[in-house]
Amino acid sequence: MALAALAAPLLSPYQPAQIDAGSILCAPSSAHFLGTDSLGRDVLSRLIYGARISLSVGIIAVGISTLLGVVFGSLSGFYGGSVDAFIMRCVDVMLCFPAFFLILAAVAFLDSSIFNIMIIIGLTSWMGPARLVRAEIMALKEREFVEAARASGAGNLRIIVRHILPNACGPLLVNATLAVAGAILLESGLSFLGLGVQPPVPSWGNMLTEAKATLGVAWWITVFPGGAIFLAIIGFNFIAEGIRKELG
Amino acid sequence: MGKYILRRLAGIIPLLFGISLLSFAVINLAPGKPVALENSLNPRVSARALERLEKLYELDKPVYERYWHWLKRTAALDFGRSFSDNRPVIEKIAERLPVTIIINLLSLFLIFAAAIPLGVRCALRPDGMLDKVMTAAMFFLFAIPTFWLALLLMNFFGINLRWLPVSGITSLNYEYLSPVEKVIDLLRHLLLPVTVSSLGGIAAMARYMRSSMIEALAQPYIRMARAKGLTERSVLYKHAFRNAVMPLVTIMGLSLPGLVGGSVIFESVFAIPGAGRLFYEAVMMRDYPLIMAEVVIVSILTMTANLLADVSYAWIDPRLRDKR
Amino acid sequence: MTGTLLSVKDLNVVFRHGLKEIRAVNRVTFDMRRRETLVMAGESGSGKTVTSLAICGLLPEGAASVSGSARFAGEELIGMPEAQLRAFRGRRIAYIFQEPSSFLNPVYSIGEQIAEAVRLHHGAGRAAALREAVKLLEMSGISDAQRAARSYPHQLSGGMNQRAAISMALACRPELLIADEPTTSLDMTTEAEIIKLLMRLKQEAGFSLLFITHNLAIAEHIADKVAVMFKGELVEYREKEELFASPEHAHTKELLAAYEKVGKF
Repeated sequence: MALAALAAPLLSPYQPAQIDAGSILCAPSSAHFLGTDSLGRDVLSRLIYGARISLSVGIIAVGISTLLGVVFGSLSGFYGGSVDAFIMRCVDVMLCFPAFFLILAAVAFLDSSIFNIMIIIGLTSWMGPARLVRAEIMALKEREFVEAARASGAGNLRIIVRHILPNACGPLLVNATLAVAGAILLESGLSFLGLGVQPPVPSWGNMLTEAKATLGVAWWITVFPGGAIFLAIIGFNFIAEGIRKELG
Repeated sequence: MGKYILRRLAGIIPLLFGISLLSFAVINLAPGKPVALENSLNPRVSARALERLEKLYELDKPVYERYWHWLKRTAALDFGRSFSDNRPVIEKIAERLPVTIIINLLSLFLIFAAAIPLGVRCALRPDGMLDKVMTAAMFFLFAIPTFWLALLLMNFFGINLRWLPVSGITSLNYEYLSPVEKVIDLLRHLLLPVTVSSLGGIAAMARYMRSSMIEALAQPYIRMARAKGLTERSVLYKHAFRNAVMPLVTIMGLSLPGLVGGSVIFESVFAIPGAGRLFYEAVMMRDYPLIMAEVVIVSILTMTANLLADVSYAWIDPRLRDKR
Repeated sequence: MTGTLLSVKDLNVVFRHGLKEIRAVNRVTFDMRRRETLVMAGESGSGKTVTSLAICGLLPEGAASVSGSARFAGEELIGMPEAQLRAFRGRRIAYIFQEPSSFLNPVYSIGEQIAEAVRLHHGAGRAAALREAVKLLEMSGISDAQRAARSYPHQLSGGMNQRAAISMALACRPELLIADEPTTSLDMTTEAEIIKLLMRLKQEAGFSLLFITHNLAIAEHIADKVAVMFKGELVEYREKEELFASPEHAHTKELLAAYEKVGKF
């Protein structure tokens, strides 16, 4: 799927925004594998281009949240005391917000560019990785090799980056993979509501917005984008499962 | 016990403070002054509304002063007036909130009613047929976007089969129905939304119940219960079940924000006049006072429910009852 | 009342772990008379506990296969259907275990748990069963029995919990009490008290006692006969005095040496 997204221009039989007035709402056929939408655009092409958007939003958002999580988690775990208490309180506050409300509110105040959506999703989902890193650091910081590093005069930052984080990598990776799936789901939800990626740029979510209007008339518009989201999420879940097994 | 509740209540003060700070931060999120950017971006917001917004948030004052005033007004539930129809925001929310709360309660009820027996069955025969089917179903339900599922179900039951209504919570002729018919009409309208909003929860909760039950069954007191000569039924449903079901209360509390957040989506899909849809409309119209009020109210409600879950857990578990 | 109560013959227990088979108990044979105290001694993992659980069908179904014979008051227990076995468990053969705090259910009060046993086997009403539970707790030497009955396991000490477990076991006046290392998790003083209590109750109620321990010192104190288990086999099974005077098996000697070193109980 990722490959298809990268190779989008080669694979797509039509331009995603190309409007063919003669073939509006065509059922899947040999000319349009997955049919066309109400403006006569090819669903398959839009799906493939949509994959680019959806996957990149997912991956970059998770990149942001993981980075934030690592920073806050490290601070919290390493310094403990009031720093820890403060950061964990923040995590509590963030966790008791229905994140979707917060994201929507933020979208209302900013405008909903792809870029903003990545940042907002990232900013509202760093709590998981933060807790993970914190737990890992708490467990590791008393161990001998950290003591040894400290004795040899390494600074705090160096200890965290060189000695502790590599150990936290595995669980973090599993978490991030699952989080990409979550972020794709979130993005598609936002776009579906018309608050995420804005048409005419295709994303799996905003393709479904349109599906709502043509419900009962053109099943293929509903089924294929949703199916794509579904498969992407299952895919990421499998990858996460695979990494977890690999780690033992 | 009383002390524990008091301590929990004290614990929500920083939480409330955090919520208020975060909500307030959202208002000030927009680059530059929130009012300035409107002219170009949102023609929907009129000049008069801008003026009011400026006054409401006192954008000429320093941040901390603004925050303090906003906090005072919020505490008095004064959220200002809606941009779109100039009615007090709190009034608009008050008329929409009950529907959302009822749907969420129904969903919660459905989640528990379905997930607990399913989880127990799976735990009795781990890796049996039912367990395998449930594991697969769980996988699918996690990966299916809720709104897509909603669309598919609407399409199938509402349009293809014409069994169920696809939007709203009442039919057009609702006024003329007898009380019994009214209830049936409501239930028919609520069936799909409630099902859709609970399916994911059922899968997750059944999974928790399963592992919790398996864990309980491995405990020494189960061997003791058997050695006492109790029937297998008593062993399972009295001794193992009660221990297994307790942690679910906490998990329920933790899953609440997700459930509530989902309200926005499925209320929009099913055109249900609840607080979620109101919020969606507010966001679309850039109706800032309404948006802010909803964020504050919904998060406080969620936090309260969470707190209730925690306290009732402490109440049903004797180990927590007098500890802490 | 001096006839044979329990007669175990060629008892085997095999655990299956995937393809591997582990022989946990191998051709164990012993008899117990009424009112007799048999101390079964051996290291952990020697098969003592598995033997005692196999007698009443308490091993996990499917994972363990039990063969051989265990006759209790003339009736064969091995292979008896679950429903019939249940009439023996608790009522005629009662158990107490090593960690009383984890063998008692954390979410029910002590009184409720004892009353449950009373009601199960005597069919008494709820209130009557609770009164009986308090009486049983008193018999086990708990001074404030009313309060103990209302308490939950986590509120009581290990010794108190073990007294409660004993009360529960004796609720139905069993003919055989199987005590699986009942004092191992307790401190020395409490251990002595619990053993004294067991012996007193045995005098009063007249049950037979199968006492499982890794500590031969206790055997010297309370046993009529001693059985020594080693790697799933019963290596020595004799009257106490004989065994202490002239231990035959190498493992018995080891156990005895260890005991001499630690000092008398």
